[in-house]
Amino acid sequence: MIFASVGSMLPFDRLVRAVDDWAAANPARPVFVQIGDGAYEPRHAPFARVMPQAEYRQRLRDCTLFVAHVGMGSILQALEDGKQMLMLPRLHALGEHTTDHQLHTAARFRDRPGLLIVDDVGQLQANMTRLLDTPLAAGHAISAEASPSLLAGVARFLDTAAPRRRPDGQ
Amino acid sequence: MARPRRLLAVASGGGHWIELLRLRPAFAGWDVAYVSMFDNYAAAVPGTRYYTVPDASRFDKLAFPKVFAKAAWIMARERPHAIVTTGSAPMLAFLSLGRVMGARSLWIDSIAQAEEMSSSGRLAKRLATQAVCQWPEVAAAEGLAFWGGVL
Repeated sequence: MIFASVGSMLPFDRLVRAVDDWAAANPARPVFVQIGDGAYEPRHAPFARVMPQAEYRQRLRDCTLFVAHVGMGSILQALEDGKQMLMLPRLHALGEHTTDHQLHTAARFRDRPGLLIVDDVGQLQANMTRLLDTPLAAGHAISAEASPSLLAGVARFLDTAAPRRRPDGQ
Repeated sequence: MARPRRLLAVASGGGHWIELLRLRPAFAGWDVAYVSMFDNYAAAVPGTRYYTVPDASRFDKLAFPKVFAKAAWIMARERPHAIVTTGSAPMLAFLSLGRVMGARSLWIDSIAQAEEMSSSGRLAKRLATQAVCQWPEVAAAEGLAFWGGVL
């Protein structure tokens, strides 16, 4: 089962259309798409606009391939669930996001195990077929917590915001 | 008896919210209330107070006054000692209000900002008590601290 998602905040019809076209050409392979506010509605795959978080997470856990935009929410949750990812960055020039930060994210995460970032819809469709047949060697699932150093920094900051009073009231 | 320390943890929907959830271990010992944009996110933070503000992306600037009004209502109810946010722009409202109301505030620029700080983060530098970036090169370019990332 492929689960494809454009996230929850902005439309990304280029990805939805590519996944739908692939689904038309591969009717035996189940696909489900979260399309957000997109104008294009898939005709060859079931879809939802934005699912409640719990349902979204269940779809992610149940899939064998996660196809998505290069959003950090998508990356973080798929890493937490140890899912192989196939991702297409949103482009500012096509009005798909407010900036090109997904290209920058893509550059940072391109070499991470379990994750394949492609540059266009042709590569996306080719790799949907390939990764179903030959899955990526997925990295192991990560914890649901930030790095220890960031957690320590935040905790330190909070201590300065309202220092814990001593038990003797000093 | 010390007053319970109140923290307001706020983030826009999507990745910003996922980043915020990954900070939860650092909130131990605080009375935490959360703010985001979708009602169903309440299920992710059971046993806490959860509020929503209207979605106001940069494609829809007219939504900002509505966000500010709701943020003011939430701040009046919660009177937090501290505010932590992982962005994005609409959450700047809480930093402004926090300044006026004497709350200490922390802006953590998104891990998605891998090459330069977000434009909202640059505003947050002036509004928040402290701002940090999640990539060392980005933090250095902004003269800000790097404490690590949500990953």
